[in-house]
Amino acid sequence: MDVIYDWFRQLYIDHGINLTIVYDRFDRNRMLGGLWTTIKLSLTCLALSVLIGLVGAWLQGARSVLLRAVVQGYIQFFRNTPPLVQMYFFFFALGSLMPQVRNEFGFTQPMIDNYTWAIISLSFFAGAFNVEIFRSGIEAVPKSTVEAAESLGYTRLQSYIHVVLPLAFRVCLPALNNNLVNLVKTTTLAYAIAVPEMLYVANQIWSDAVNVPEMMTFLLFAYVALVGILVWVMRKWEQSMALPGYGR
Amino acid sequence: MSAAWSESDPIVDIRDVHKSFGPVQVLAGVSLSMPMRSTACIIGPSGSGKSTLLRCINALVPIEKGSIKVRGIEVNDPKVDILNLRRRVGMVFQQYNLFPHKTALQNVMMAPITVLKQDRAEVEERARRLLRKVRLEGKEDAYPGELSGGQQQRVAIARSLAMSPEVMLFDEVTAALDPETVKEVLITIRELAEEGMTCLLVTHEMGFAREVADHIYFTDRGLIVEHGPPKEFFSNPRDPRTREFLGQIL
Amino acid sequence: MMVRGPKGHAGLGGGTDLPVLLPAAERLQRRSERERLLGAPRLRLRGRDLAWLCLMLICFTGYAEAQAAAAGREPISIALLRWVPLLFQGFVFNIVISVLSMALGTVLGVVLGLMQISLLPPIRFSSWFVTQFFRNAPWLVLLFYCIFLLPFEIRAFGMRIPFPDWIKAIIGLSLPVMANVSEIVRGAVRSIPSGQWEAAESLAFNRNQTIWKIILPQCVKRMLPPWMNLYAILTMATVLASIVGVSEVMTLARRVLAAEVRNDLLIPLYGMILVWFFVYCYPIARLTQWLERRYAVKL
Repeated sequence: MDVIYDWFRQLYIDHGINLTIVYDRFDRNRMLGGLWTTIKLSLTCLALSVLIGLVGAWLQGARSVLLRAVVQGYIQFFRNTPPLVQMYFFFFALGSLMPQVRNEFGFTQPMIDNYTWAIISLSFFAGAFNVEIFRSGIEAVPKSTVEAAESLGYTRLQSYIHVVLPLAFRVCLPALNNNLVNLVKTTTLAYAIAVPEMLYVANQIWSDAVNVPEMMTFLLFAYVALVGILVWVMRKWEQSMALPGYGR
Repeated sequence: MSAAWSESDPIVDIRDVHKSFGPVQVLAGVSLSMPMRSTACIIGPSGSGKSTLLRCINALVPIEKGSIKVRGIEVNDPKVDILNLRRRVGMVFQQYNLFPHKTALQNVMMAPITVLKQDRAEVEERARRLLRKVRLEGKEDAYPGELSGGQQQRVAIARSLAMSPEVMLFDEVTAALDPETVKEVLITIRELAEEGMTCLLVTHEMGFAREVADHIYFTDRGLIVEHGPPKEFFSNPRDPRTREFLGQIL
Repeated sequence: MMVRGPKGHAGLGGGTDLPVLLPAAERLQRRSERERLLGAPRLRLRGRDLAWLCLMLICFTGYAEAQAAAAGREPISIALLRWVPLLFQGFVFNIVISVLSMALGTVLGVVLGLMQISLLPPIRFSSWFVTQFFRNAPWLVLLFYCIFLLPFEIRAFGMRIPFPDWIKAIIGLSLPVMANVSEIVRGAVRSIPSGQWEAAESLAFNRNQTIWKIILPQCVKRMLPPWMNLYAILTMATVLASIVGVSEVMTLARRVLAAEVRNDLLIPLYGMILVWFFVYCYPIARLTQWLERRYAVKL
């Protein structure tokens, strides 16, 4: 490893390309921490947004008109407003209403920190799309297919587990993947409320090491690679899950 | 329950069944009984409750009044073991209703493995045999979307047979098929009937009904208007409604 | 029972006599294809939602107004009205940014898209790569890149052309637009049935003539709805410029809030700005939907 570090240090001395995130241990750990935060943020929001989507899709089938209207309002609001505004809304508007708590050093601090607000905001953002996706997915499975399963002796639950859900999932997958890719790109907005994800950390590093072009370029390629790999994996997965003989 | 039943009793025994969907009465006192190893066809104009009757036999639709007994088991008894009933009664649908995410072989194997918890290797052997029987050798690994309608329908028949049922219900199984593929499905059903499977068909194929059935039932507006052996039924219908219907069809 | 025959049904039930999945599956498939073209979820604005947003905003403002009156503070409506002219200028600035980035992005995107259907593999591959590169990059990162790495002025022919932040923001936002327009062009060209190409060839059109006289005119119709939707998405995305310090409406809103030092102004203020965006994008979204229905294009 030291050989590589030295090579990058020499690169800086010879050509002025200063990639501190490779040879400097502090910066390297900061950047890895940022990457980890981005991944953690994406995965947590993914899980929560799927949960929100399932609950929302279930509520949309509720009898209560009011309940359905609330879910519909939620979807419309979150899919038609800029996610940045949503994040500000959660962080500044709701954040100012939250009580302050005292931490172990005796200082007051908000009950919900920036990272948590980012998770809440992004999960609700992605969840709004999931509600519609899941709803269509379930609607896409004909009642008669369930009937066929039941006539073979499947119980309700078994026919859901073995027939309805696998089918609905295959129908949903492309739209879900779009949503996931979009979510990963949108995590950059957490920068605006000072969550130490990749963009924010890169900003800290270039402020300290004054290597804006190097960091900016690194960041751009890092994101393109991250999203590119994600898109590629998802496409492969979709292809393997496609229903043979259906669709294009 | 089934202890009281012997092989000489009717395997399907329907008495005075009523069923309505909201204000529409679809079955208004239907009675029908089938001995073991017999084949019966239900014919009649659309909307006369034929398909609903089949669904009632399989407990897919609950009835309001009357009784349906399959092998002496009262279908409408709330305490009835639905699984035990449904494994004895196979059903094939107009829209095939195969599971599109599974291959033909998997479609046939799924229910015995998940529902009956049978041994996989044994089920697979039986499934392959059944697919050969419906003349789909070589199509085991094809997905439903890659098969023609007639092939899909034969997979659906094999899928039902895999549960080793004692009665097979066929709900207008050829109605959605191209004329060329109708024949291959009908041949399969005839072979089943000839082997002694108890078959109850709802069909529009009059020629087929005449040839295969032991008994024909004619329904109109939720009632069985007339029934009898095919020869008698087709050559000498008594009720004017039957005459009118046969006049339109034949 | 009504049965859809093999002829009348295309798409998911295509290969068989009967559809095995209901129309919802096809809707979802079409939707995800559209989203892929746009690289972002489609906006779907409805007048009803605008009405609800306004109603809730008015209710909340009324409530906050009553609280302010009880506490003896300046009424919110007056404080808000004082800042409306400034904020509206900021909003107009957002619109200017969106129009200019759209123009720039469209020109670049059409060129890139045409390169993607080139017969020369190097051109095709490099333009595909550029397109995918900018489609996968988050908008905010591209914005940062341009703000920090473009020079603040250009010296050319002895003149000094200043390069303020807002111009850099326009360039930054035009990059993802370019990539998505490129995909829209490619998608539209691919959606033209191959019979059109063959017919043109059989009439002795050369490739250029075929593209410009036969294919592209047919594409315009298909490209218009996604292109307009992309514009609506871009307009909403201009608020990102506030993160990099361009004095657009969100930046101004933050400054106003800092100057007023009162929390109860926050929701009415941001709510009002949201309504502006909504009102501006609403006709565009409706027109898009109308065009989509009219051309019934499955993009």
